[in-house]
Amino acid sequence: MKTKVRVKKDFYMSFFAILLGLLAGAVLMAVTGNNPFEGFFYLFRGGLMNIERIGNTLATATPLIFAGLSVAFAFKTGLFNIGGAGQMLIGGLCATAIGLTFDLPKPILLTMIVFGSLIGGALWASLPGLLKARFNVHEVVSTIMMNWIAYWVIYYIVPQYFKGPFLETESQRIPEAASLKVPWLTELFNGSYINLGIFLAIIFVVISSLILERTTLGYELKAVGYNRDAAEAAGINVNRNIVLSMAIAGALAGLGGATFYVGFASNMQIGVLPSQGFDGIAVALLGANSPWGVFAAAVFFGLLHTGKGFMNAMTAIPPEVADTIIATIIYFAATSVLIERNWDKIKKINFAALLNRGKKDSLKAGSGGEQ
Amino acid sequence: MVDLIYQLFPYAIAFTIPLLLTSLGGLFSERSGVINIGLEGLMLMGMFVGAFTISQTEAANPGTAVWIGLLSAAVFGAIFALLHAFACVTLNANQVISGIAINMIASAVTVYLARFLTGSGNVQIIRGLSRQTIPLLSDIPVLGRLFFTQSYATTWLVLFILAAATFLLYKTKFGLRLRACGEHPHAADSAGVNVYLMRYMAVIISGACAGLGGAIFIVTLSGEFNGTAAGLGFLALAALIFGQWKPWGILAATFFFGFASTIANVSQVIPTLAQIPGIYLKTFPYVVTLIALVLSSKSSQAPKAIGEPYDKGKR
Amino acid sequence: MDYIVEMNNIRKEFPGIVACDDIDFQVKKGEIHALLGENGAGKSTLMNILFGLYQPDSGSIVLRGKKTNIANPNIANDLGIGMVHQHFKLVHNFTVTENIILGLEPTRALMVDTRSASSRIRELSKRYNLNVNPDAKIEDVSVGMQQRVEIIKMLYRDAEILIFDEPTAVLTPQEVQELTKIMHSLIDEGKTIILITHKLREIMSIADRCTVIRWGKVIGTVSVSETSEEKLAEMMVGRKVIFDLDKKEARPKEEILSLEKLTVNGKDGGHGLKSFSLGVKCGEIVGLAGVDGNGQSELIEAVIGLRKPDGGKILLHGEDISNLSIRERIEKGVAHIPEDRHKHGLVLDYTVQENFILKNYYQPPFSARGLLNWDTIYEHAERVIKDFDVRSGQGVEASARSLSGGNQQKAIVGREIDGNPDLLVAVQPTRGLDVGAIEYIHQRLLEQRDQGKAVLLISLELDEILDLSDRIAVIYNGELVGIVDADETDENEIGLMMAGGKRGAAV
Repeated sequence: MKTKVRVKKDFYMSFFAILLGLLAGAVLMAVTGNNPFEGFFYLFRGGLMNIERIGNTLATATPLIFAGLSVAFAFKTGLFNIGGAGQMLIGGLCATAIGLTFDLPKPILLTMIVFGSLIGGALWASLPGLLKARFNVHEVVSTIMMNWIAYWVIYYIVPQYFKGPFLETESQRIPEAASLKVPWLTELFNGSYINLGIFLAIIFVVISSLILERTTLGYELKAVGYNRDAAEAAGINVNRNIVLSMAIAGALAGLGGATFYVGFASNMQIGVLPSQGFDGIAVALLGANSPWGVFAAAVFFGLLHTGKGFMNAMTAIPPEVADTIIATIIYFAATSVLIERNWDKIKKINFAALLNRGKKDSLKAGSGGEQ
Repeated sequence: MVDLIYQLFPYAIAFTIPLLLTSLGGLFSERSGVINIGLEGLMLMGMFVGAFTISQTEAANPGTAVWIGLLSAAVFGAIFALLHAFACVTLNANQVISGIAINMIASAVTVYLARFLTGSGNVQIIRGLSRQTIPLLSDIPVLGRLFFTQSYATTWLVLFILAAATFLLYKTKFGLRLRACGEHPHAADSAGVNVYLMRYMAVIISGACAGLGGAIFIVTLSGEFNGTAAGLGFLALAALIFGQWKPWGILAATFFFGFASTIANVSQVIPTLAQIPGIYLKTFPYVVTLIALVLSSKSSQAPKAIGEPYDKGKR
Repeated sequence: MDYIVEMNNIRKEFPGIVACDDIDFQVKKGEIHALLGENGAGKSTLMNILFGLYQPDSGSIVLRGKKTNIANPNIANDLGIGMVHQHFKLVHNFTVTENIILGLEPTRALMVDTRSASSRIRELSKRYNLNVNPDAKIEDVSVGMQQRVEIIKMLYRDAEILIFDEPTAVLTPQEVQELTKIMHSLIDEGKTIILITHKLREIMSIADRCTVIRWGKVIGTVSVSETSEEKLAEMMVGRKVIFDLDKKEARPKEEILSLEKLTVNGKDGGHGLKSFSLGVKCGEIVGLAGVDGNGQSELIEAVIGLRKPDGGKILLHGEDISNLSIRERIEKGVAHIPEDRHKHGLVLDYTVQENFILKNYYQPPFSARGLLNWDTIYEHAERVIKDFDVRSGQGVEASARSLSGGNQQKAIVGREIDGNPDLLVAVQPTRGLDVGAIEYIHQRLLEQRDQGKAVLLISLELDEILDLSDRIAVIYNGELVGIVDADETDENEIGLMMAGGKRGAAV
């Protein structure tokens, strides 16, 4: 019964955050002289209007699902993984390197890519985990540092070892055998970017959910997250769980990197921190750190990102309005206290009665006008 | 080698100054107990406002446009920081998440506005700040050539701000109260200090500093707004930590980072430096910050109450 | 008119609880007035209202005959009200002077004028015999000194009405005596003191009058000279309090826990533990008495396994366990009722049933091959809450946070005793509980003893130690002062030993 209340509350909070995010987007459209309704119409249409666009929405959502799971998983252990972007880069680098180095049949190569990116991300993230466990270095700061270290590592490694034929700033294209895109899926969605990554994502949503709810590992991780001291006093190895949790979070983000760089895209750009790493924080917050909530939130953000180009083509609204909406959602998710604080009042609102009263008021106003 | 240092020095200083100012901004915020991961976004806002103001006014006032731009960057940085203050102080929000939101809002809104106002995502200025050689002082041996030759006026402005900030934090009652809020807000409150007000002021100061820092970067080094602060804000954050939340520590850290970044940037064109792989120079600030965190883990000077929302009711 | 403070019909509600239920409270000028009540009775809330930290929902405050509205602590200061909180409000890396002048800084040429401030502090220190060094940093001075800094803070602000919230909880017996002297000299200088406490003896020795609060209501105000500890206790609790427990003769058997020259270095400049030796036998309760911060936490952490000892041995059943992990010690039969139940005892956001398996979730029948067995976990929890009378509104699926303090503590006691341990380390097992829960937990501890288990009881409440223990060990400065039989000692002797005096030294 308690959990039901909790879920309902989380749902309302996410709902209000989205509402306020959309409102901020609308204000931005309006002050720049655009019609927000038109803007939203094309924004959502652009993500949904045909099977190809739906495919693109799912393809865009795929790395977001992984990034969101990564943040949510670490959060369950009380850790704030801001390093998703760097872990994605490292996962993507591992995937790209494997794809460009080995000439193997697709199933074998993809298996290697999945495990390679997973291990790469896990190792990259376990360093902040170790620093936290061993030296109590705050993971927020260390993962930020790790992001920029990853950024510069990619910046120098890609041109040096995997330079593309035309530009200094990107890697070679990976061969078809190393891509998560498969012809039947691309054709099914009319040439969309969708790829096997979405199935991987769903598999990992299920796995995460099982780990957290059903296993002793999940029990330990959450115990450490809720109360590190009590967990330690009860004989749980806190340090091991911290490192493990960061490693799992990194593995998820690393996989997300693979689905982005060798699934959605076909090469790596240098000089960019993937925005999904930060969007993942929004995804996790909006999804209330539950795996299926993350899935839903990521699909919603995927929709915004896919639709923004179409909106930009059909109206004069710059595409960054979608990013503004997402950023505002994070802001209001952070300030969810507003809703927490007034939760009791919100609960008491009887929406039916409110509607009736609204009617009455308008009736009154109407009759007042007649007098 | 000596010539090389003379050559690099002005660039290193020019790179250090925006970092130093932004980091000082972070110092105010964090010493009052509010984590400021949003420095990057606040800088970006300053970059955009500065570049846009200058591009609009420089035709009419070629002499003063740069200064108007710097001033408006500071003002808008301060206003934008209110958003962070509101979330962290009034709404008891998670300060880390709010900071991330600040970064994301800044990068989305500035590019949106840049596209809307100029058609492209970039805003260019025609004339930045010019370098000046200070007469007399530049004749001092060694130091004169290092510090007083080819220097920007903003460098002196920022060094003055550094001195003023140190005075403000350690000698005045404003500083005493601000630091008390970052260490033990309940003590400050029961002594009659308005914790909320102090934290608001600190975060607003950090916004003004970071905004000005971003604009200084535009008028001295880059000459255009291109939609990203390229991690400068995070570098400033690293310097704040590496400098152990102390003004002079921050000066040393930012100079250290500024010099390393400058060497990395020019290493391609200067043969003596080309031997040092850029990857080491560029990752250097972040790696040393991690190492500093490990070394200081036993005796960190971080403000005690940093990151804790202050709630009167919970005592 | 001779009242300096009159609080009339004060009412304050928090979500789900009425902290002050129309309270009337009057203090005469120049008296030491004690405010007595159990934990959660509402006495701190009432004083926080007087100090301006909370606003009452209704009621009025009259100071020196004038009705006033105290909107914040600044106004309280202006009205001459000062408060020493139970947890000191001092900035650890500021100097004494900086802490005292915070909020009222004298300035000269824009700068804080610490020199004139510290000379005034020196003056005050001399006048009231407080012996405070204005230039010392707070983190470097003792707890007793910090309390005196708080007192000067009030005097610096010319406070006339001084509120002390549980001031003796952190002090040694001598420091308590010193504090008593200081309080009397304050009264001689014309101040008025309100003393919040739940310690009856303190009231009898210090206060002039006493107001008793229960469940947010005033039970009565009495003159201390006309009452007794028993009467005050009855007013506080609402029924006759039986001071004597039903305690059978102890039948100690073989020694199960032996500490041999155990040494643990102190943390944060604490004393640590110095070559400490102690044995605990099956079938007895050994009480460890001492003032807070004399090495108790180091001893507990070393025995539980939270800290590695720096020297000496910890033997359990004759086997050295000092290098075993916490989990290995639990498996060997060490149970622990922690001092801070929220910090170390419970995962508040876990449900009651999840909390019951905190120490053995990884073992059958609660899990197999890494998968949790929720049905068994549920049944187990249902049984434990029945056996240990844990009252929870929503049964075992309620979050631990939603339980009252007493029920949370019973849940911990239930979990620890249900594991059938050989040695139970109980630290302040009744802190912050009401009398009913205290009696219940004391009974369960005695029951453990009677079943032939060993109990090591660590408490700051001397009464608890004296009531329950069979033998009492006294710790001071990280060293064992002595061990005495509970039947052959009394409060005075233990009190002297707690101050470091050897047995028999004082007559």
